Amino acid sequence: MLISMNWISDFVDLSGLNIEELIHRFTLSTAEVEEIIHKGEDLSGVVAGRILTIENHPKSKKLHLLTVDGGDKIYDVVCGAPNVREGMIVPFAKEGGRAGGMDIRKATIAGYDSYGMCCSEAELGISADHSGLMELPEDTVVGTDIKKLFPIDDIVFEVDNKSLTNRPDLWGHYGIAREFAALSGRKLRPLTLHDTDAYANLPEVSIDIRDTEHCYRYSSIKVENVTIGVSPVQMRIRLFYCGMRAINLLADLTNYLMLEMGQPMHAFDLRKVDKIEVARFPEPFDFETLDQTTRRIDEDTLMICSSGTPVAVAGIMGGYDSEIADDTTSLLIESANFDGVSVRKSSSRLGLRTDSSMRYEKMLDPEMTVPAIKRYLALLLDICPDAKAISRLTDSYVHRYKSITLDFDKKYVDRYTGIKITNARIVKTLESLGFTVRHERGNFSVDVPSWRATKDVTIKADIIEEITRIYGYDNFEIKTTVSPLFPVRSSQGRVDDTQVKDILCDRFGLHEVHSYIWSDAKKLKEIGIAVEDNTRLVNSINPDQVVLRRSMIPTLLSFAADNRGFAEEFGIFEIGRVSDGLKSDGKCNERKRLGIVLVSRSRSEKQLYLYLKDLLLELTGAIRGCSCTLAHCEATDHDWMHPVNSCDVYLGGKEIGSMYALAPSVAAAFDKKAVAVCAEIDMYTLAEIAPSGGSFTEPSRFPGVDIDLSLLLDEKRLYGEIAEIIEQNRSELLTGYTVIDVYENEQLQGKRVVTVRLFFASPERTLSGEEVSLAAAELLGCLEAKGIMLKK
Amino acid sequence: MNEKLQQLREQFEQLSVQISDSAALEQMRISFLGKNGSLTNLFKELRTLSAEDKKTAATGINQLKKELEQFIADKSAELAAAEQAAQLANTETYDFTLPSSLTGGSLHPITLVQREVEAIFASMGFTIEDFREIVDDYDNFEAVNIPPHHPARDMQDTYFLDNGQLLKTHTSAAQNSIMRKYGAPLRAVFPGRCFRNEAIDACHENTFFQMEGMMIDENISISNLIYFMKTMLSEVFKRDIQVRLRPGFFPFVEPGFELDISCLICGGEGCPTCKHSGWLELCPCGMIHPNVLEAGGIDSEKYTGFAFGLGLTRLAMMKYGIKDIRILNSGSLKALSQFTAKQ
Repeated sequence: MLISMNWISDFVDLSGLNIEELIHRFTLSTAEVEEIIHKGEDLSGVVAGRILTIENHPKSKKLHLLTVDGGDKIYDVVCGAPNVREGMIVPFAKEGGRAGGMDIRKATIAGYDSYGMCCSEAELGISADHSGLMELPEDTVVGTDIKKLFPIDDIVFEVDNKSLTNRPDLWGHYGIAREFAALSGRKLRPLTLHDTDAYANLPEVSIDIRDTEHCYRYSSIKVENVTIGVSPVQMRIRLFYCGMRAINLLADLTNYLMLEMGQPMHAFDLRKVDKIEVARFPEPFDFETLDQTTRRIDEDTLMICSSGTPVAVAGIMGGYDSEIADDTTSLLIESANFDGVSVRKSSSRLGLRTDSSMRYEKMLDPEMTVPAIKRYLALLLDICPDAKAISRLTDSYVHRYKSITLDFDKKYVDRYTGIKITNARIVKTLESLGFTVRHERGNFSVDVPSWRATKDVTIKADIIEEITRIYGYDNFEIKTTVSPLFPVRSSQGRVDDTQVKDILCDRFGLHEVHSYIWSDAKKLKEIGIAVEDNTRLVNSINPDQVVLRRSMIPTLLSFAADNRGFAEEFGIFEIGRVSDGLKSDGKCNERKRLGIVLVSRSRSEKQLYLYLKDLLLELTGAIRGCSCTLAHCEATDHDWMHPVNSCDVYLGGKEIGSMYALAPSVAAAFDKKAVAVCAEIDMYTLAEIAPSGGSFTEPSRFPGVDIDLSLLLDEKRLYGEIAEIIEQNRSELLTGYTVIDVYENEQLQGKRVVTVRLFFASPERTLSGEEVSLAAAELLGCLEAKGIMLKK
Repeated sequence: MNEKLQQLREQFEQLSVQISDSAALEQMRISFLGKNGSLTNLFKELRTLSAEDKKTAATGINQLKKELEQFIADKSAELAAAEQAAQLANTETYDFTLPSSLTGGSLHPITLVQREVEAIFASMGFTIEDFREIVDDYDNFEAVNIPPHHPARDMQDTYFLDNGQLLKTHTSAAQNSIMRKYGAPLRAVFPGRCFRNEAIDACHENTFFQMEGMMIDENISISNLIYFMKTMLSEVFKRDIQVRLRPGFFPFVEPGFELDISCLICGGEGCPTCKHSGWLELCPCGMIHPNVLEAGGIDSEKYTGFAFGLGLTRLAMMKYGIKDIRILNSGSLKALSQFTAKQ
């Protein structure tokens, strides 16, 4: 919103103050100022000049050769304006001056010398009109500086509309002037209003509010005999500086009032609208708004009607048919108050956001409608004294705002702010903003003015803001707190996140990535994965990104595919969220998951798969003191999992995730020259598993004995069986065992020779060869009983 | 005897200048001092001499033996040094200038920045909390004082789900749960991923990270808020940061502020980065709205508190000079693998 400091100065005397500094204070205390514009800065040496003579240019139809009286001397001027006339008084930019963004110099135009320029309003920067020269009144003294005739010099600043969202009172100059008064400690002048008491005996305007829920108040008056069609220059300059286009006096006045008081108004042609009903319609219908667009009005949209005919969309825009025309002399003025939510919703449904609807959305002060009419009349009668009210000022106030009184004490202010402020200063601050304050020895009772009470100031914390923002946040002392200290312990989940990321990055050289929480159907299709059904986004703007992911792996695989050329071998991981279906209460089963994808062009799938297994064992061992175990996956959860080479991962007796190669179709689509393997761990489940280990076993001081057994393992049988048998039949003397070699060749026909090294030791004595042999033989016996023989 | 001794001495002196390798030296040692060495044999001959002669001769022999042994020790060391030098002259210089064959991993820049900020808050006694990404209307709106008809709810930028839940639009969605979990007094920060339904370009992402913080106690004031923000941001940027507050409207705080920091590029003089204002808008903050405290089960008459929201994504971009926000969620290892350093 654009604010004119000339306009503000109508209401508060800021003379002697640095205006730019004040505007800066406004940013720090009220709302953000985005830009300060110095109007008139680019205009100089322009005076009222009289056109003395006009001759046609001999070779040009458009150009004229003029002599212009500039007050100091007569100037020869070549001019192309269509409306030149002898005797006309126009703004004249003399040689050496500046207008229309140009330095005015002697120039030769089409063979003739020109020593100045006659200006249009656009060239003065006071309107967009460049259709012809601006015509000054007959009685203007020739040679008078144009800036003395009109308030062209002004400081205009733009306030960020978003920062005014909760301040309905700041949507007009008067409200902003109140802020400047409070910030500068100067007095706010009252608005000049027209006294309407004399009209009390005139007939009233018929106003029938049928929807009292959405229309809070409707005030109106009828006026006739308006004989002037064009607004005064000063008014037009202000409208233009504040971003509005001048139309005609009656419409301009409504806009002027809106910019001044923040009250949207509407002027209806009395020939079309002579009574008012406010209602909604049971059936949708088409309606032409004054921007000459036909719009569909639905049953929730509040309309202004006259004798049953809709004439305006309430609070948003008038109708084309009842608009003020050039020949309008009598009118019906609307000054109303509507429910902000309903205006916002209607405006959003219609796709029509106007200066009026923007203001109503903020919940305007309902006490403003009547003064706005009185102000309108004061301005109108000033310009057009012949105009005459033909009705009484009629006011239908059906939905009153809730007046608010807030009680608080000085201790509350001290505690909340941390500043030292006197009671007197609190009173002065609040009164300067229009609050009524009753104060007795540190106890305050404050009435909130109507323009702040509709939504902005409703609780005592809101009063704190009023006090502190005027006090100035840059004047605050910066203080630490006085609070007891407590030890801070991180949750298991957070510790896990940190450790897992560090181990994967530092020990295994993996790269952390972030992927989206939804599946991208298009990207997954490229790697042969169909999106699994799951909870959907209802308003995604991308039709491919609609379904939430159930697993981390597809999004990571898609990234892995994108990174094909990155390196011979690489791995990526992410700790992120998935929605694993719905819980019984219908809410998403959100899980925090770790996803890992390893890719290699140099290793075989088998090698990479076994490496990933090692990685998971190391990872779990490092963070829980106990490595996970794997078990063959009986049924795969997802289509992209390999039907055979997929494992469930267990830790502490719980299934914490899975590890797998890709299903052949996905593997082929992923990359024919590279292999990928994946693991997914549920971090929530992991967090539930307590760490084990941590105790220390003294190594035996007595030498131990190692015994190697080379065992023949049949096709399809896994080493895990050997380990299980050893575990089940473990003697006290067996301190450990490991695999030192796995041998396979074609002659073995699918069988493998697994060499297991057994470590025997006793904490108390040196073992004899005999007892070790016996123990080994016993184990071997158990293995043989399960068909695992010693390789001969 | 004397002659023999003299002969041996001459022999020794002659040989000693000829020896050039350790084999010859060993040969020499054996020929003089070996079991049948000439000097050893001379010792044996001593027996045949009279006591007086024996004494004189023995002194001479011992003298020669000492000299011999000294010579052998010296020469041996000299030869060893020469051999070592010869060996070193032929030693290969390992090419340490070759690039590393180890490939290290990398952490996401958000993780790095998040850890840094978390560490600062942890050092000031703040608990670090985790929160869901999929939340209820209550968490995201109602509990933080955004009533049903508030414009924030109309906005198309919330991702709604077909089961009635939504993707959290701000980390404030965690405020209520955390207040309920810990009660007052409370100091907590909670990083998290947030979602806004908007088109993506170099400056806009629909998925981004924030970190929210809260401090609630009996006498928390605006003055304390300014202190914590200034201290924390000075730690984050590792220099003394000036902060300023401007009024800002957010339903969950009262009063609410926009916090600006002195421009990091020009230090407040004014430059293109700060649009010549000397200030950068950094984060919204404010005193927690009494309705929000009450919804969290905290007595708003007894306790006050402040809250702030820090854009982790924006912070990471500022810190690392990342110009295009899309890089962060691109999964592109060309970009992300650069973040190898932990600090």
